[in-house]
Amino acid sequence: MLSVQPRIESSKKMAWFSPIIAIVLTMLVSSLMFLALGVSPTKAFEVFILQPVSDTYNIGELMVKAGPLLLCATGLALCYRANIWNIGAEGQLLVGAVASSAVAIQATQNSGFGVLLLALAAGIVAGMLWAAIPTFLYRLFHTNIILSTIMLNYIGLYTLLWAVHGPLADPDGFGFPESIIFADSVLLPLLSDNGRATISIVVAVGLALLSGLALYKTLPGFKLRVYGEDQAAARYAGFNSGKIVWGVMLFAGALAGFAGASEVIGPIGQLIPSVSPGYGYAAIIVAYLGRLNPIGIILSSLFMGSLYMGSDLAQIELGLPTAITGLFQGILLFFLLACDYLIFYQIKVVPRETEKRRQETLLQMKRDANDMNEVTSEDTKAQQGAL
Amino acid sequence: MKNTTLLELWNVSKFFPGVVANDNVNLKLHHGEILALLGENGAGKSTLVKMIYGVNKPDQGAILWNQQEVDIHSPNQARAMGIGMVFQHFSVFETLTVLENIELGLDKHFVKGLTDLRQTVVDISEKYELHVEPERYVHSLSIGERQRLEILRCLIQNVKLLILDEPTSVLTPQEVSGLFRVLKRLASEGCSILFISHKLKEVTDLCDRAVILRGGSVSGECIPSQQTPNSIARMMVGQDAQLSASYPKSLNSNVRLETIDLSLAPSHPFGCGLKQVDLQLNVGEIIGIAGVAGNGQEDLLAALSGEDTRAPDHSMQFNGKAIGKLDAGERRRLGMAYVPADRLGQGAVPEMSLSENTLLTNTDKLVKYGFVLSNKLEQLTNKIIKTNTVKCRNRFSQAKSLSGGNLQKFIIGREVEQSPQVLICAHPTWGVDIGAASAIHRQLIELRNSGTAIVVISEDIDELFMICDRIAALYEGNLSKAVATDSTNIEEIGKWIAGGFIHHKEQQHA
Repeated sequence: MLSVQPRIESSKKMAWFSPIIAIVLTMLVSSLMFLALGVSPTKAFEVFILQPVSDTYNIGELMVKAGPLLLCATGLALCYRANIWNIGAEGQLLVGAVASSAVAIQATQNSGFGVLLLALAAGIVAGMLWAAIPTFLYRLFHTNIILSTIMLNYIGLYTLLWAVHGPLADPDGFGFPESIIFADSVLLPLLSDNGRATISIVVAVGLALLSGLALYKTLPGFKLRVYGEDQAAARYAGFNSGKIVWGVMLFAGALAGFAGASEVIGPIGQLIPSVSPGYGYAAIIVAYLGRLNPIGIILSSLFMGSLYMGSDLAQIELGLPTAITGLFQGILLFFLLACDYLIFYQIKVVPRETEKRRQETLLQMKRDANDMNEVTSEDTKAQQGAL
Repeated sequence: MKNTTLLELWNVSKFFPGVVANDNVNLKLHHGEILALLGENGAGKSTLVKMIYGVNKPDQGAILWNQQEVDIHSPNQARAMGIGMVFQHFSVFETLTVLENIELGLDKHFVKGLTDLRQTVVDISEKYELHVEPERYVHSLSIGERQRLEILRCLIQNVKLLILDEPTSVLTPQEVSGLFRVLKRLASEGCSILFISHKLKEVTDLCDRAVILRGGSVSGECIPSQQTPNSIARMMVGQDAQLSASYPKSLNSNVRLETIDLSLAPSHPFGCGLKQVDLQLNVGEIIGIAGVAGNGQEDLLAALSGEDTRAPDHSMQFNGKAIGKLDAGERRRLGMAYVPADRLGQGAVPEMSLSENTLLTNTDKLVKYGFVLSNKLEQLTNKIIKTNTVKCRNRFSQAKSLSGGNLQKFIIGREVEQSPQVLICAHPTWGVDIGAASAIHRQLIELRNSGTAIVVISEDIDELFMICDRIAALYEGNLSKAVATDSTNIEEIGKWIAGGFIHHKEQQHA
């Protein structure tokens, strides 16, 4: 017989096992999906998991995908830790890309390093401003942050489309919705000649590590976690809720804006309508898969990156539709949320109850209770002695 | 009539993960008998009656009803058998009328069988002097009235056994005697009553017989009228525990914290706010605020602690400095510590470890350049756990894994450890067993003797009389004047709790 029991303490072990179980279950279910599509599951997993790390070029591409995911997810994880449901990384990333492009198209071959920094700064500030809108509405009118950030994602997307069709479009581009190809001087330095990965991935990892440090070892991180767990306790302790909410929202906006900027002045090299294949949304899953822990998110963003790459490769090699990535993400998130149940509850195999077994448990429990009582009375005596 | 048994428990046991809630409990209840079920918090009283009422099923043993073994699966079945229960927390809908609430709680067939529900309610209300008006909305009822509504709800279905779970903890002394009249009348008509309490005096006044539970099993049985409260207390706590004694009172006139004409609008629709509250906390004094829950205690606590900063700046002064606009953190920096009403979810973050919960109110001492000093935090946490004999696995235990009493010891220890100038303390021993409660009392007295100004807000009037030097009452957001505990008595404060001081106060103002 199986019985579900609440745990007395949440299981730390399960918090890390849960994503692993979820990944295994996702692979099982997607095997069925591949079989239905007439593709051998082993071949499919080879394409999705092994090929992305098979050679240096592919590893570079993996980093290209993982970089923006890592940046967005780190910001989102801090928001979710503070119990602020920011779904707006996508929009913040897109306006970051637009603002950065607006600077980058001004650059010439001879522009200095300053223009590159300016382009990055423009992206970061735009992302922060985009995040400031829902924060402001939330603080002032108690609007629902989930809804306002989702709506701003659409506004961000249409801002991007307007920009590539209008003010930022290449004047000699025959009306194609794209900007000029940016001058080399404004592009981020590459990590290696063989590939498109730029130093933004190093910055992303660095920021994730710093965020992890801040979250667990510093006072602002502690305040953020208390606020997220229990607002009444944060109020009791006198932590300023305004600072916490504004802090994480602007930080998340800055990271997403930076991600957008480093896409256009990085691997892409120009502004195009498809700057993001949904990085801002996928980052939500990445954040949870990495247990809302910036260090864990480094791993989960690599995993999600390989899914993105795998879907490109699967399209080429196996003739599978790119919608597969969306399916993967959906199944994964579903199982992840389901498995998180195990953090708070345990499933125990309970032998069928017989009179004898019942007596045994009763005796055992009495013994345990007596042990506890002995400890207590010793404590009381010790206390009395001290007095 | 009194010699036939209505209810009998045979070796009833109930286990929950990690605890034996009841262990081979035997109990007999006769027709028309008022039986007290006594015990400390966690002794297993509530679990036991929940099994009788069909909320939980016993893991072992049998329940006999009129000498027949019965399986009680649900409260519905229990009600059909004639068992009624009044819980500590009432299950009433505030936005509905009394009559609607009663109708909702009744079986459909039963309602159909009645010719006129309203008339029945009025009749019963008159017969037992419950003074319940069917058309009133529940949110306008006082706690005592709500409790009478719950009792009426049980009576309407020809109840044979009425179970009351700590019914007096929310009542004023005057309301308590009214309740006792009703209960005695019911018993005289043959209804049996199971009365759960930990207040010994009440049990002596009301009950024919008392069964005492300790650690889940029956530790004694007595006729309360032949015992002293002290001898019953011994049966409840065992021989080892140290009981609270009386403490010498101490009066002082140096004001450390005061509120001046503090008025606040209610923070939620059913709250009552504060009305021109003048309160002085003196150095080295414990002042007690008595009152029935829901009379502005939450608002007063939030205003004093700084969780609520709506009050005008000058309406609150700490050592002569206006602090009305300072938040809880800033006030703590001035030397004000605070033991809140809600232990889990306010005083401690449930999912966080004891270490992190220590940091919660010690951020000033334990942080340097923004970084948490983990060594010092570890030392302080271990010290709090040790000096307060907090029972836990270690400092990494989550706050939610501790029992209520242990968590309270931890929180009080954490706040006292800061040697504050002012301690705001809400319900210090609510839900704490007698042994731990007297340890907490001694701690508060010691802190007072070291010069701290302490305010204790509690519903337990006996506790306030035991530890407080001065005492005042809170009624619908009005605070009475504070009088020396030695110069008043429980009867007077009992009247004040019910608003008896308002008249005086108005005259004074005029």
